[in-house]
Amino acid sequence: MQFLFRYANPHQFMRLSGAVLPYTVLATILCLSAALYLGFTAPPDYQQGRTVLILFIHVPAASLAMGIYGAIAVCSLLSLVWRHPLADIAARTAAPLGALFTALGLITGALWGKPMWGTYWVWDARLTSFLLLLFIYLGYMALWNAIEDDTRAGRAAAILALVGAVNIPIIKFSVNWWNTLHQGESIVSGALAPVFLAPLLLMLLGYGLLFATLWMVRIRTVIMERRARTLMQAGEA
Amino acid sequence: MNFDMGAYSAYIWPAYGISALALIGATLWTVASWRRAKAKLAALEKKS
Repeated sequence: MQFLFRYANPHQFMRLSGAVLPYTVLATILCLSAALYLGFTAPPDYQQGRTVLILFIHVPAASLAMGIYGAIAVCSLLSLVWRHPLADIAARTAAPLGALFTALGLITGALWGKPMWGTYWVWDARLTSFLLLLFIYLGYMALWNAIEDDTRAGRAAAILALVGAVNIPIIKFSVNWWNTLHQGESIVSGALAPVFLAPLLLMLLGYGLLFATLWMVRIRTVIMERRARTLMQAGEA
Repeated sequence: MNFDMGAYSAYIWPAYGISALALIGATLWTVASWRRAKAKLAALEKKS
C-alpha cells in the first residue's frame, strides 16, 4: 500500500505518466496495425466464414468494457477506504471510455449476430447482462454530474460502482450458467485456431494500450484543470 | 490482405467502420481537452 501511495500522488503521476506516454502511444499503433494486418490476411473460418473478422474487434471491446469496470471498482474501493486523492479522478475519467467500449461490444455483437444467428438481438443472459453494464456506466456518469461537490459525488459514485460490480461475474459466467445463444469462451479453452488467436490477442493488447493511453491523458487533463481552478481561486482571494 | 467480404460485407464493414470512428473520435476528443487544459493552466501560471 505504501508503494502505491508514494507513486500515485498527482505530482508523481504527472512525472511518471509523462515519461511512459510516448511508449504507450507507439506500442498502441504497432499492436493495432499488426492485428489489422494479421486479421485481414487470416483465412475464412470453416463455420463462420469471414465474419470471424468481427471476432477480432468484438471480443477486445467487450473485454475492455468489463476490465475497465473492474478498474473503476478497485479505484472506488481505494477512494472509499483510503481516501486516495487520485482514485476518484481515475475512476471518473475511466467511465466514459468504459461506456464507449461497452457500446462497441453491443454494436459489433449485433452486427455479428445477424449473419450468424439470424437476429441482431435476443434477450438472453449474456446480452441482457451486458446491456445492463452500459446502463450502470451511464448511471455512474450521471451521478458524478448530478452532485456539485466533488468529494460527495465521488463517495456516492464509488458506492454505486461497488454495488454494480456484482454484474461483472454475472456477465462473465452467464454463458456457463444459463442456456444462451452466445458462444462460450474460446481463448483460454484453446478452441481458437492460432491463425485467429494471434490477431485477436494483438487487438486485445492494442485496445488495452489505447485505453491506458487515453486514461492517462484524461487523468492528466483533470489534474491540470484542478490546478488551474486553484490558481484562479487564489487570484480572486 | 483480402478485403473481399462476400455476402457478409454489410456486417463486417459497418462493425469496423463504427469501431474505428468511435476510437478515433475518443482519441481526438481526449487530446483536444488535454490541449485546452494545458493552455489554460499555462496562461494562469504566466499571470501569477
